[in-house]
Amino acid sequence: MKLNINGRLVEVGNDPEMPLLWALRDIAGMKGTKFGCGIAACGACTVHVDGIPTRSCQLLVGDVDGPVTTIEGIGNKENLHLVQQAWVDEQVPQCGYCQSGQIMAAVALLEETPDPTDEDIDFAMTNLCRCGTYPRIRAAIKRASENMKQEA
Amino acid sequence: MGIGKIARRTFLIGATAIAGGVAVGYYYISRPYGNPLEKDLAEGEVTFNPYIKIADDNTVTVITPRAEMGQGVHTSLAALVAEELDLTLADIETEHGMADWAYFNGGMLEDGVPFALFNESFVAESMRAAMPMVGKVLGLQVTGGSSSIKDGFDKMRQAGCATRYMLLEAAAKELGVDKSTLEIKGKTIVDPASGNAAEFGKLAATAAKLTPPSELVLREQKDWKLLGKSQPRVDIPDKVTGGHVFGIDVELPEMVHATVKMSPRFWAKAKSYDDTAALAVPGVTKVVPLQTQTGNGFGVIADNTWAAFKGAEALEVEWEEASYPKTSEALFEVIEKALETEADQSLRDDGSVETAFADAPREDLLEADYKVPWLAHACLEPMNATARWKDGKLTIWAPTQAPTLLQMVCSGQVGVNSDEVEVHITKLGGGFGRKGEVDAPIYAVELAKHTDGRPVKVTWSREEDTRHDTYRPAAMGRMKARVKEGELPTALDIHLSSPSIIESLLKRTFPGQSPAGPDNTMEHGAFDQPYTIPNYRVRASKADIPVPVGFWRSVGNSYNGWFHESFMDEIAEKAGKDPLEMRLELMKDHPAAIGALKKVAEMSGWGRDMPEGSGLGLAHVVSFGTWVAVVAEVTNEDDVIQINDVWAAAEIGTAIDPSIVKAQIMSGIVFGLSSAIGQEINFEDGEVVEGNFDEFDSMRMIQCPNIHVELLETYHKIGGAGEPGTPPSIPALANAIYAATGTRIRTMPLSHEIDFVS
Repeated sequence: MKLNINGRLVEVGNDPEMPLLWALRDIAGMKGTKFGCGIAACGACTVHVDGIPTRSCQLLVGDVDGPVTTIEGIGNKENLHLVQQAWVDEQVPQCGYCQSGQIMAAVALLEETPDPTDEDIDFAMTNLCRCGTYPRIRAAIKRASENMKQEA
Repeated sequence: MGIGKIARRTFLIGATAIAGGVAVGYYYISRPYGNPLEKDLAEGEVTFNPYIKIADDNTVTVITPRAEMGQGVHTSLAALVAEELDLTLADIETEHGMADWAYFNGGMLEDGVPFALFNESFVAESMRAAMPMVGKVLGLQVTGGSSSIKDGFDKMRQAGCATRYMLLEAAAKELGVDKSTLEIKGKTIVDPASGNAAEFGKLAATAAKLTPPSELVLREQKDWKLLGKSQPRVDIPDKVTGGHVFGIDVELPEMVHATVKMSPRFWAKAKSYDDTAALAVPGVTKVVPLQTQTGNGFGVIADNTWAAFKGAEALEVEWEEASYPKTSEALFEVIEKALETEADQSLRDDGSVETAFADAPREDLLEADYKVPWLAHACLEPMNATARWKDGKLTIWAPTQAPTLLQMVCSGQVGVNSDEVEVHITKLGGGFGRKGEVDAPIYAVELAKHTDGRPVKVTWSREEDTRHDTYRPAAMGRMKARVKEGELPTALDIHLSSPSIIESLLKRTFPGQSPAGPDNTMEHGAFDQPYTIPNYRVRASKADIPVPVGFWRSVGNSYNGWFHESFMDEIAEKAGKDPLEMRLELMKDHPAAIGALKKVAEMSGWGRDMPEGSGLGLAHVVSFGTWVAVVAEVTNEDDVIQINDVWAAAEIGTAIDPSIVKAQIMSGIVFGLSSAIGQEINFEDGEVVEGNFDEFDSMRMIQCPNIHVELLETYHKIGGAGEPGTPPSIPALANAIYAATGTRIRTMPLSHEIDFVS
């Protein structure tokens, strides 16, 4: 089976019952998307399917019905996405394990709501960060929103 | 927190060395360790000491031999070296390096002497001075105890300084000028008079052969260019792009995947099992029974992690019964009963509480029992390890806080010498004390014996992780004070009871070693607080419960700090004193505490009028060398508590990187608040009830207050950053809830009695 991941067709194995998370990590070798709980409770595995933030541990490969974007697909070290840049500027990550999912959730939030209120952030950013980087995540989202306005 | 506590403990009780093979003697103390980098240099690379490699293409690599688990240690340790090399962090590469005794942690042990931080008596100081030698003898390369900077502060700056001298010496020869005229500009040494220059990379081979100077003059603090200033963290670009390699991301040629299904009842074995259904799962190749020093169960080997998980689920096992009381209630009875017995140990006994209580009028006595549950670490990266056993050579890849400990323990599993085990340390998706344990690597090594020389990565499910932790122990505190209205307390007696972490740790890590004597961690956060009360006793009783317990961010301070500081609030109320004013009076001998308290009072506007249903709570705990005062503000709306703001003032002596230190204090606060608002591990039928984050959650964005941290840098000793934020956050919250609602909660989590925004 092949899926459209980050704009190219990627082999994801032959088990339609395998969660997308494990197909990405163990079959496609794309390890930026993380396993935290397996029950969609932590958000470490968040990717976009057709632009919608989705917890890939609960989405079976056979049910993927749109193009997939992972953390590897939004930017790289030489060419950071505006949200990634805000994460660098605010020095958000500590252990960093949840941050792929946090960034994917934040990118989706800002696409939907370019100028989010604190309540918008509380509502959209339900991902677990065990290091407690929430205050800096909030600051980074606001910074990214400001930068988006200036670029627009 | 950290494994090194075994070391100091063993030292204190005068027992012989741990781990069999480690002999203690003058030779081992005086002997210099070799430079482990010499074994593994790339073409064109030379090394000056265990911390620095320079390649002829002018790449400068600094070894930062502590686990990066979020605390920014690779940045701050690299800055210590870069400062003395006249470089910036952009000029250098950082690597954790391999497990080696040369990277022992001596700093952590200094903190482990049975004396309060501010006790600078001859005995206390002598014992502190001896501790790094113990660390060296034991060769424990450990990340824990909030000690990395304290430990690295001198030795890594010295490494940079010596290398700078040698490079300048070589450049002077090369350029034919006196070295005092030379300047370092971005990995190049320049002679300003002639404009001639030589790169580090071209000088390194010659420089490395020179003798390092016998006396090193380190930069004075006023001349620091990097230290004391916030640096961009070196690990962040990888962490925002998904490129950071955690243990769970290890990928090796021919690697197979696996998981474990361990007995849900600690130390119980399988009575019978049926692996037919497990082996029928497509991709599952083997089911391997495991009987190890850390637990019994099964490994399931497969082509991918998902298949291994499904195989483990399908594996049918009948387990033995639990050998201990089976429910939370029954286990707490053991802890409570221990309070009725003579205490096993006491680290503080000023004056005589017995006498002070004997003639006290009944109305001047205040008594309360406090209680906390077991807690899981819940690192977001589940436990995992990768091992390969091939051609008589054992290699381990692990997110570990204790790599040399893995060498010691895992070498015994395959019968090789400890220094023959190659340990690669990956990045850690959270550690908090959990990843200093040896269980995950032990299981990986056992399974590696069944994969024909292929590496096997063993990933635990979240449920397996939560149900097989080395838990923060449950504990009780029986508190008693003599206090008269309008006066300061004249007596405080604290009797603590909990299972012993050190005993539990030694049993599973070094079976056969018989632990005895006191476990200081049981009294940390209670015996060592800077209050002056004429009659003041802290003692502890061990509760004999075999559920594994271990170091959890701030260890004993995490609950004793709450017992102590919440009861202080009760004392203040009985005395009719303001909680801040009373603390200022009781801690007046300690300017560091006074400074932190006054600062946090100013930041939070302590004493201001609070609207109905709102409240401020204050606490101060000194732990891991840092004095932290915290104020929390809560609002109670329709019986739901919102934590609005938390202010913290931390006196750390010297902050090597203020942004990182503030992030760590903030992180410690969220960790503490997470436990208070709802975390608990319960037992039924001898098994842990909670499995996933739906049952054992941590604070989320919507619950997280605004957090304001200020640093103070006046104390004469350098303090830790990773843990000291946790202990005062918990009582500050509980005291704020009391101020807002009038409900004094003495059992954790607070959510048993009150609801929080969620």
